[in-house]
Amino acid sequence: MSVSVRRAGDRALLLELASNDDAVRVARRARAELASVVEVVPGHETVLLVFDSEPRAADAVALAEAALADEQAPPEPVEIELVVTYGGPDLAEVAQLVSLSPEEVVARHCAATYTAGFLGFTPGFAYLLGLDERLHVPRRAEPRTRVPGGTVAIAGVYSGVYPRESPGGWRLLGRTDAELFDASREQPALLAAGDRVRFVAR
Amino acid sequence: MIEVLDSGPLTTVQDRGRPGLAHLGVPPSGAADPRAYELGSRLVGNRPGAASLESTLGGPKLRFLADGVVALTGAEHWPAFEVAPGDILDVEPYARGARVYLSVRGGIDVEPVLGSRSTDLMSGLGPPVVRPGDVLRVGDEVAGAPEPLSAGPLPAEPALRVVAGPRADWFAPQALASLTSQAWRMSTSSNRIGIRLEGEPLEWARSEELRSEGLVTGALQVPPNGQPILLGPDHPTTGGYPVLAVVCSDDLWLMGQLRPGDRVRFASG
Repeated sequence: MSVSVRRAGDRALLLELASNDDAVRVARRARAELASVVEVVPGHETVLLVFDSEPRAADAVALAEAALADEQAPPEPVEIELVVTYGGPDLAEVAQLVSLSPEEVVARHCAATYTAGFLGFTPGFAYLLGLDERLHVPRRAEPRTRVPGGTVAIAGVYSGVYPRESPGGWRLLGRTDAELFDASREQPALLAAGDRVRFVAR
Repeated sequence: MIEVLDSGPLTTVQDRGRPGLAHLGVPPSGAADPRAYELGSRLVGNRPGAASLESTLGGPKLRFLADGVVALTGAEHWPAFEVAPGDILDVEPYARGARVYLSVRGGIDVEPVLGSRSTDLMSGLGPPVVRPGDVLRVGDEVAGAPEPLSAGPLPAEPALRVVAGPRADWFAPQALASLTSQAWRMSTSSNRIGIRLEGEPLEWARSEELRSEGLVTGALQVPPNGQPILLGPDHPTTGGYPVLAVVCSDDLWLMGQLRPGDRVRFASG
């Protein structure tokens, strides 16, 4: 069990954890139990806690340790299936980079069960962990200025779906019709940290 | 109602923003100089959180279509004054500071998105930027009588206090001293998302990539070129460049009044 704490200015603490699973557990507990916390932001292996007054590091560490020591089974993760039309502009290039056929790239991308590790970049954009190691490819050297909303992409250890048109440097594999973010919904973001995601080829 | 004749380089509607949604990837947004925004709101007797106009480096030019009470704060300071239909208000360019808040008694009435009327330039949430020809409705978010408050002058070369970290150990040992010993220059490619600073580069001590982590407004994020980016209210909620230091909460308002070409210093908080 390991938690270390760093200051992020005079109103925030950054907790460092051993894994994304731990970050999700600590974030869930902090949201439920930590007084005067304004933001609880999971990262890949961190949780940022923003307060409305001087933070108390000892309280935050105690809460994190309690969350990690909790032996109760965590709640069943939400499972979400995203239907994808593959054939994106970078599918052939990715196939070439990893010495597979495009069909094999799609099969491997669909075979994994992903975990939404954390959100960021733009509202509703979840960094999905669990990408087949064979498909770890670097970002494009030249980011695109326009990636359409609904584009399914990969870069490094992550897969993700662009919620709306934005610039982007990831490799584009396909498209989904799922609405990743809608400010008028009760739950604006389709994916939350800790959710399980599967891609299904149309 | 208020007719926009000219919106200057950039005018947006701003309030206290969307705190509490960063875990969904929603930036905090809100007034770039929260101190001037809050002051303006009180000068006209608005309810906390009522929306004002935030103009950047001059403007706006407005025609009032009804009676009202208006105040200007930030780079210009005009305590509450009355306006009548047909009156034209023209905020001319100013030499010091970067933002003026035009607060109108009752607040600017646009549709809130996720609890805020702020325009977020990064995510596109909130109303579109204010354009010439727009007609803005005035709301009814009045709390009480206008308060007669004054504001201090803006410093010529501000020194923003910082707290080291969270990733000071990612940098060469002299990086913090380098941050606080030089006068940085604000680049023209700066906006509400981030202020790009130019100076002697801050050197990384490590070469691997940092895994993305949560970011706060006022963080000094340092890409590999060593030129820091000071994160503004519309910053992305997570990022993978190490943060050397973070501006203290009491000094965040000063960021909103920096203009391109300005010199800025940092001091250990």
